[in-house]
Amino acid sequence: MLTKRIIPCLDIKNGRTVKGINFMDLRDAGDPVALAKKYATIGADELVFLDISATREGRKTMQDLVLKVAEQVNIPFTVGGGISSVEDVDILLKNGADKISVNSSAVKRPELINELANRYGSQCVVVAIDAKKNNDEWIVYLAGGTIRTKLNLFDWAKEVEQLGAGEILFTSMNNDGTKKGFANGALAKLSTLVNIPIIASGGAGTVQHFTDVFRRGNADAALAASVFHFGEIDIIDLKQELKNKNIEVRL
Amino acid sequence: MNVVIINYGAGNIKSIQFAFKRLGVDAILSNNPEKIESADKIIFPGVGEASSAMKMLKNSGLDILIPKLKLPVLGICLGMQLMCLETEEGNTEGLGIFNTKVKRFSTSSKVPQMGWNTIYNLKSELFKNVNEYEFMYLVHSYYAENCQECISTTNYQLEYASALQKNNFYGVQFHPEKSSQAGEQILKNFLEL
Repeated sequence: MLTKRIIPCLDIKNGRTVKGINFMDLRDAGDPVALAKKYATIGADELVFLDISATREGRKTMQDLVLKVAEQVNIPFTVGGGISSVEDVDILLKNGADKISVNSSAVKRPELINELANRYGSQCVVVAIDAKKNNDEWIVYLAGGTIRTKLNLFDWAKEVEQLGAGEILFTSMNNDGTKKGFANGALAKLSTLVNIPIIASGGAGTVQHFTDVFRRGNADAALAASVFHFGEIDIIDLKQELKNKNIEVRL
Repeated sequence: MNVVIINYGAGNIKSIQFAFKRLGVDAILSNNPEKIESADKIIFPGVGEASSAMKMLKNSGLDILIPKLKLPVLGICLGMQLMCLETEEGNTEGLGIFNTKVKRFSTSSKVPQMGWNTIYNLKSELFKNVNEYEFMYLVHSYYAENCQECISTTNYQLEYASALQKNNFYGVQFHPEKSSQAGEQILKNFLEL
């Protein structure tokens, strides 16, 4: 059976991991390649690298980093952040990224999704959607939740599927950073509306939250950062616990 | 060992090259028929869409060359699918090496299948030291129907052929280059054939 995926997310700025990372025996927790290799050996199913560099030099560093990750890591990884053109994607895929994720650029120019899917195949096009619940309506936000759009989460999700997205990475701004669990209601609804895999993001705090996101949220994968980086949740223990609860995972 | 990865413009082949590098082998990328024919081992990759990939093969005459190769050939993902009779993707005629057809998954569950699934009924030296029900990483919307040449089975909506073999030709639907240590073992086995 196809298993549920556990995905650590690494925020990268100018080629280094940011957010304090307190990770086991790593000598240099700021080195994304070392961290990625570590995650691959302890059972992460996939990795996401989010480039939060704001400069052209930072982006170039990211492209070089992708090459190093591809060289040393034997599980799939997605690269996102600041991707706005076919050219941006081309270099990342050529350097060995398995998937890329687009967010703001897809909202500004939805045809980008279609262009990428036609050129590289839907399987490598992830559309990241950040949304916030306001008065019972889920609204899509850009730029880390600072810019409100007019898009409804569910309408936008259906549209990106039609445009050729192969996967949706949904982050609930209401849940992100709270460690109080994922947005399972919205996730479950998304899964009934689209027929492509959904990665849930935002809110992971305990092992129970992962059980809930797969059971109640029907997510195909769950992404988290700090609970893994700070060793609050051990991936092997997490997967064992999911398995004990009859949720299919790779162990 | 002279390993050639057939480079006909299809998708991300860097990962395959790096996977061999981790095994200590410098695989070269080429679409030159002489280099391909003189290789010890040949990798036929493919990511993307079937009909356009087939067009690229035809443009370089590789559609004639590949079925005539005598040394071990490993098709990966779309590469494997193109080695079959035909595929529903773009109604494309394949190279006809494997006697099976490639169909699209139904909408009864999510498409593409994306993630880790198990392989079982393993029947080839390609799987030496690989356990039954080992996990492999797969990303695909089309699958090869079960057939005589099936050497590993996977279940998603139905049981299908996740690996095929006929004489010196091998094909795997999963991505050994992205499937952790077990995937590396399969690539190592291929090098030892």
